[in-house]
Amino acid sequence: MTASTTTLMPTEWRDFFALTKPRVMTLVVFTAICGLLAAPGSIHPVLGFTAVLAIAMGAGGSAVLNQWWEADLDAGMKRTKDRPLPGGRMRRDDARDFGMFLSGTSLVLMGVAIGWLAAALLLAAIIYYAVIYTMWLKPRTPQNIVIGGGAGAFPPLIGWVAVTGELTAMPILLFAIIFMWTPPHFWALALFVKTDYANVGIPMMPVVRGERHTRHQILAYTVLLAPIAIAPWLIGGTSWVYGSVAVVLSLMFFALAWPVGLRTRAETDPMKQEILLFKFSIAYLFVLFAALVADRVLFAHGVIGGGYFA
Amino acid sequence: MTPDEKDEFKRRQNARNWVVGGTLLFFAVLFYAITVARIGG
Repeated sequence: MTASTTTLMPTEWRDFFALTKPRVMTLVVFTAICGLLAAPGSIHPVLGFTAVLAIAMGAGGSAVLNQWWEADLDAGMKRTKDRPLPGGRMRRDDARDFGMFLSGTSLVLMGVAIGWLAAALLLAAIIYYAVIYTMWLKPRTPQNIVIGGGAGAFPPLIGWVAVTGELTAMPILLFAIIFMWTPPHFWALALFVKTDYANVGIPMMPVVRGERHTRHQILAYTVLLAPIAIAPWLIGGTSWVYGSVAVVLSLMFFALAWPVGLRTRAETDPMKQEILLFKFSIAYLFVLFAALVADRVLFAHGVIGGGYFA
Repeated sequence: MTPDEKDEFKRRQNARNWVVGGTLLFFAVLFYAITVARIGG
């Protein structure tokens, strides 16, 4: 098929779906559901489903806008060159319109069905990712991922607010956990794909400040993450069930980040420890949030008390 | 456009129409359910 006929062809619906980054969406949906389930109070199942759907659509919309903006950069990276836009399977304007439509629809859905505080937070999350992170920070500073991590931290916060209708310490802590988790998670990935970022001029930490500095930062953020992950227990927002899981996971994260943070590698090093840390960081977040939900469900059914060790 | 390309064009168009139709139907049902849930609440 020639290039001219390719552009005439209607884009496959699967490519529109792929543009929403469905794999990233699983973590977004999971943490949003956790925020929803862990919040005190209850929500009608249909409204709970709608809240999660709106969060997923908002996340998908901002992912589409991210790829619309970065199509040229994606074309230069091995990991992203086959995405629908750099792969030439979709017109750039179509991606922009789809992203705007998805984002707008998610906001209206959230506002009408759930409430306008949750919709305002969703709008903040979309702007945070699509504008502040993608357009402003990512091409300018190696601290991009630290501040940009806030975008991924919104889903449990919005899920919680969808139930309670107010912002309290617990949902802000859930936000803070993902915020602090993002740098060690992402920089572990950036260590073994740094050539890709270097090729397209994105100032990721390993490219700009060097590998050694990045490794120290991974270790520093892992240490900073631990007290925040344990804080929901310490402030009495959860019981020992969540608390003990948070302590064990924090120790494991630290044990894996320690060798990554302090070692220097040879040129031919297969980066096994970095890959292991990256994979563990994903499991860490899933298990931590699952423990939070389990804790609150057990508390709601009277299996455990509300105190530190009850 | 060759006959093969024409067929492919039709197939993609059809698939998209089904997805858009299904999505619209889904949202019609969802908004009905949201209305019932909110009135009930």
